Amino acid sequence: MFWKSTYNEFIKIAAKPRSYISLAAITVLVSVILFAMKVDGQSYISFIMSSFEQTMSFEGNMLNGYLMAFIILQMLIIHIPLLVALVTGDLVSGEAAMGTIRMLLTKPISRTQILLSKLLAGYAYTLVILLWLGIMAIFASQLLFGIGDLMVLNSDGLVILQANDLPWRFVCGFGVSYLALITIATLATTLSCFSENSIGPIVSTMAIIIFFTIIGTLDVAVFDPIRPFLFTTHMMAWRSFFADPLPTDAILQSVAVLIAHIVGLIGIALYQFNKKDILS
Amino acid sequence: MTMTDPNKIIEVKNLVKHYGNFKAVEEVTFDVYKGDVFGFLGPNGAGKSTTIRTILSLIKPTAGEIRLFGKELSKNRNYILSKIGCIVEKPDFYLYLSAQKNLEIFGRVSGTNITQNNIHQMLEFVGLKGREKDQVSGFSHGMKQRLGIAQTLLHNPQLIILDEPTTGLDPQGIIDIRNLILQLRNEQNKTVVLSSHILSEIELIANRMVIINKGKTIVQGSVADLLNQNDVIVLFGVSNTQKAMQVLTQQLPQNNYTILDNKIQVAISNEKIPIINKLLCDNQIDVFSIESKRKLEDYFLKLINA
Repeated sequence: MFWKSTYNEFIKIAAKPRSYISLAAITVLVSVILFAMKVDGQSYISFIMSSFEQTMSFEGNMLNGYLMAFIILQMLIIHIPLLVALVTGDLVSGEAAMGTIRMLLTKPISRTQILLSKLLAGYAYTLVILLWLGIMAIFASQLLFGIGDLMVLNSDGLVILQANDLPWRFVCGFGVSYLALITIATLATTLSCFSENSIGPIVSTMAIIIFFTIIGTLDVAVFDPIRPFLFTTHMMAWRSFFADPLPTDAILQSVAVLIAHIVGLIGIALYQFNKKDILS
Repeated sequence: MTMTDPNKIIEVKNLVKHYGNFKAVEEVTFDVYKGDVFGFLGPNGAGKSTTIRTILSLIKPTAGEIRLFGKELSKNRNYILSKIGCIVEKPDFYLYLSAQKNLEIFGRVSGTNITQNNIHQMLEFVGLKGREKDQVSGFSHGMKQRLGIAQTLLHNPQLIILDEPTTGLDPQGIIDIRNLILQLRNEQNKTVVLSSHILSEIELIANRMVIINKGKTIVQGSVADLLNQNDVIVLFGVSNTQKAMQVLTQQLPQNNYTILDNKIQVAISNEKIPIINKLLCDNQIDVFSIESKRKLEDYFLKLINA
């Protein structure tokens, strides 16, 4: 019954027009970035490298597909949560608003199974969004800009990673990004269990992300104890895969915090959904 | 261990549901037997919807016992729900999907293997053949109601719970639903629980009923017993109401006559109708019409206003 219910959820997501907004938005945004970089990318690179050119000399194709993929990920991974919340925040509350939750919950399938199948479908949708971003960011970039070594500027300085050392880093980076995005999907679905309309959970999810991000970036000591435990602190953990040496402890800590959030939020969602009286 | 009557399909005992200080259901008790067409009556806010939702496990009761098919609802939810088809309040569907897709979705989680053939047959049965590929967003309320009936019957349930099933239907649709309910009871021995504000509908098709008010059961039992159906309320349209009243009260004083809309109203057995008619005619009072009035409405209002 669980898999049948999950299949139902896939059909519902696939049939909703709003599910395609994310894919369209990613396609447009990545295309705009690639077009801009194709036209004016060299001067952008020169500007960034100008501070290093006095002490170092660079050879080869610096403006390559890997750099573009890195830039695109850096720019868009912050905004994709909104696209994820747009669909996952509607999974339960949308049914409450439509009245179909009443029909669904009179069927011989447990509420736990219904909610887990919704979450699973939401995670699959999130994966589709991320895969599409990956395809656009990596493959389209490589088609337009070719392959080369990747230079990453981080707080420790400039890191140069060889082209043959990059594919696994991108795969792992996308993996951690996926974990961050399904944390958002779980948060939106959990909030959806408390609401009877679609807008509330979507706006609330974004408000929480903005609030935690501000707390996380505000350089005030009073927030230091909680900062490591905020999921927003770990949303950029994918960047750690482009450091050399690899900060394994920091990556594992990020993964642990994100998984803890997912498990905790699923627990809250299950508790709320199971005890909820259906009055709509 | 409690022995339960195997013919009891629904057994609700002392059901209570509170929302904070608000008492939605205070003490509802009733039984529904196999093959019943059971009328579930009460004014707005009486607790009908809350009770039906509790039976369907949409709402958790504060106290009380609910057993269906001889099993406790809280411990056998999925088993019980697999035997029930229902419409609660109004049928709601995924508006962005077609009628067929909607039935596929609900059929998939109904606990029964539903084939495309079953879906097509059911759509034909409710008169939606040819509209199966249309999005539900374009359906009228009556069409959604028909689709709701299709969804209810799709998995061949033993118990059918219909909350206001004729709302929004045209006269032919109401007759269709009435005939369908009788067909389900008579030909398939299904049990039907019917909540409706149209009392004449309940009176026509229900054999047993419960009336609840302010969250409490007021009365339950056989419709015939409760309404004492040996008597019918009859309205005589006559040429001279005052003279007719005088004749009737003098010559047949055992009956209680009232004037309603310039007609004589009286509760009598069927055999007495021609006697009164003859008496009026013998006294040179023309009789223009003899109408039989439904009793449930009066009975219901009397109970609710008591």
